[in-house]
Amino acid sequence: MSTSNHADHAAGAARAASRETTEGTVYTVTGGDWDEIVQSAAKADDERIVVNMGPQHPSTHGVLRLILEIDGETVTEARCGIGYLHTGIEKNLEFRNWTQGTTFVTRMDYLTPFFNEAAYCLAVEKLLGITDQVPDRASIVRVLLMELNRISSHLVCIATGGMELGATTIMIYGFRDREMVLDLYELITGLRMNHAFIRPGGLAQDLPPGAMEKLREFVKTFKKNLPEYDKLATGNPIFKARMQDVGYLDLTGCMALGATGPVLRSAGLPHDLRKSDPYCGYETYEFDVPTTESCDSYGRFLIRLEEMRQSLRIVEQCLERLEPGPVMVADKKIAWPAQLAMGPDGLGNSLDHIRNIMGTSMEALIHHFKLVTEGFRVPAGQAYAAVESPKGELGAHVVSDGGTRPYRVHFRDPSFTNLQAMAAMCEGGQVADVIVAVASIDPVMGGVDR
Amino acid sequence: MSENHEPENGRPLPAPRGSAGEVIGVRTGMFGANDGGDTSGYGGLVRPVVLPGATARPYGSYFDEVADELEGALEEQGLVPENAIEKTVVDRGELTFHIAREHLVRVARTLRDDPALRFELCTGVSGVHFPHDKGRELHAVYHLRSITHGRLIRLEVTAPDADPHVPSLVEVYPTNDWHERETYDFFGLIFDGHPALTRIMMPDDWQGFPQRKDYPLGGIPVEYKGAQIPAPDQRRSYS
Repeated sequence: MSTSNHADHAAGAARAASRETTEGTVYTVTGGDWDEIVQSAAKADDERIVVNMGPQHPSTHGVLRLILEIDGETVTEARCGIGYLHTGIEKNLEFRNWTQGTTFVTRMDYLTPFFNEAAYCLAVEKLLGITDQVPDRASIVRVLLMELNRISSHLVCIATGGMELGATTIMIYGFRDREMVLDLYELITGLRMNHAFIRPGGLAQDLPPGAMEKLREFVKTFKKNLPEYDKLATGNPIFKARMQDVGYLDLTGCMALGATGPVLRSAGLPHDLRKSDPYCGYETYEFDVPTTESCDSYGRFLIRLEEMRQSLRIVEQCLERLEPGPVMVADKKIAWPAQLAMGPDGLGNSLDHIRNIMGTSMEALIHHFKLVTEGFRVPAGQAYAAVESPKGELGAHVVSDGGTRPYRVHFRDPSFTNLQAMAAMCEGGQVADVIVAVASIDPVMGGVDR
Repeated sequence: MSENHEPENGRPLPAPRGSAGEVIGVRTGMFGANDGGDTSGYGGLVRPVVLPGATARPYGSYFDEVADELEGALEEQGLVPENAIEKTVVDRGELTFHIAREHLVRVARTLRDDPALRFELCTGVSGVHFPHDKGRELHAVYHLRSITHGRLIRLEVTAPDADPHVPSLVEVYPTNDWHERETYDFFGLIFDGHPALTRIMMPDDWQGFPQRKDYPLGGIPVEYKGAQIPAPDQRRSYS
């Protein structure tokens, strides 16, 4: 036995040494002391088992890997392995111009695309010093889209969270209603996800004709559908038994671990950036910040339900306020030169604009070419803009060196930070409760790993 | 002098600049084309890249109060504030304290615990790499939020490339655990005192630190409508 181990060691060392090949560096996972670790673990005669949950388990919200040390049915230690969805978006941003950045950041947390875009654009606008010049209509549409997005994100959380408990009806309900929101996105931005609709300075384009009617229709339908979640789940004894006192994290734990969003509010602190550090004119909207004192998964579920109601209130207020007007700053050195229009070959620059730059004005053509290929310059400095995403504080730290590309963009993603609380929520509990606790954090790996 | 900087129409006026700024690099040319003859003359353009420099008081808004309280609290602990706070920058309505790295933990603890400051929430750390800022190549940037007072400030610490060490803030703000691992992973900044500083995004045996400016983006040229489009980091960039 031991001789074969020695042989393995020697072979492993040889493999590790021969990393450089003609095809480039080859990485092999050859540890030094795995055999000893396995042997010592085998010698211990307790019931201790280490289970790898994920990274492809359906209830881990993407590619989250949970490493659980289990004693019988009790989780004694829980750790997260992340990074399976790391796509280098922050690095990629440094090689595109400022406007193209929205196309990347929208893909970070793919369930909250408008929040990513808004945080990034608010930071860029702060750097440009044009925060006050963003037209009212653009801000109202941003708020409108963000609140619709909060609804669709919470719906996914409640739907998948329910499905993980075996409640498939709530999953069907959640995705049915989310589909209505995605239809609105498609109508307004042209895409169901990855919109890149909010741009530095305003919006990519105005609301299309018919959008207001569809939005009003949605508000009406969703108002009718929302109580169904209450009827189905809120008072349901099985649902409550699975969620109450599970995933417990009190206020001290939340503050120490930097947890924000529904996790923090479930510990009783009504902290919401829309109230405490308003942006996009949130201080002028009427809405409440729901909290519970229960510190558990059930409390977070109730908060998400209530937040959807509040979001619907804000959407209604947005619809009342929308007045015709520009959706992009007036500064021609920043604003995208053309409005998009539907042509025979799909969405593109409007024909009027093409006619102008190709037939009438050479200067307009040069301007268009420079702004689209080179982009605008942003004065050197740094800025931090944070928005209250459905998961918590989503912050964008943006650094410019005065060039046409971001020098450095860092996203403080709430999923990433809140996921650190997983160990505190799960250790000492049952294996089955790990699923509930993770679902109540609502991590999205696209945001965690970026 | 100071009444000039009182808020007017509810908006604070920008504070005067104390110094011209911090030069972190030099930009040459205009159109990013370095090969071939320069017919425009713009290729000879040389401009320094200047980040906003130290600001003189008054800072405006709640910034003066925060700075006063912090300096007072540090003095109480027997620390000369000028040694800990290298400079204070107010730019675009944001307050930044540049902290000497050896005093970072003390300053953060003071900011967290002092009742008049009470910055309970740290939103993590963001690394920035300035390869031409000699002796200060690696920056670690922290944003601290006070829920009690509704305030937000920024701390900035630098470390030279040759000695990439910054004290860890995990003992003060446990939330920084993963954030510091991420910054280590991408920038190679070593956070002394972190309980388990390992890579978090990249594989454990990865070589190099991907977010540094000298680390290439990678990518291959692609063909689009008959033309070869180079990889993103090989394309023309407008300096």
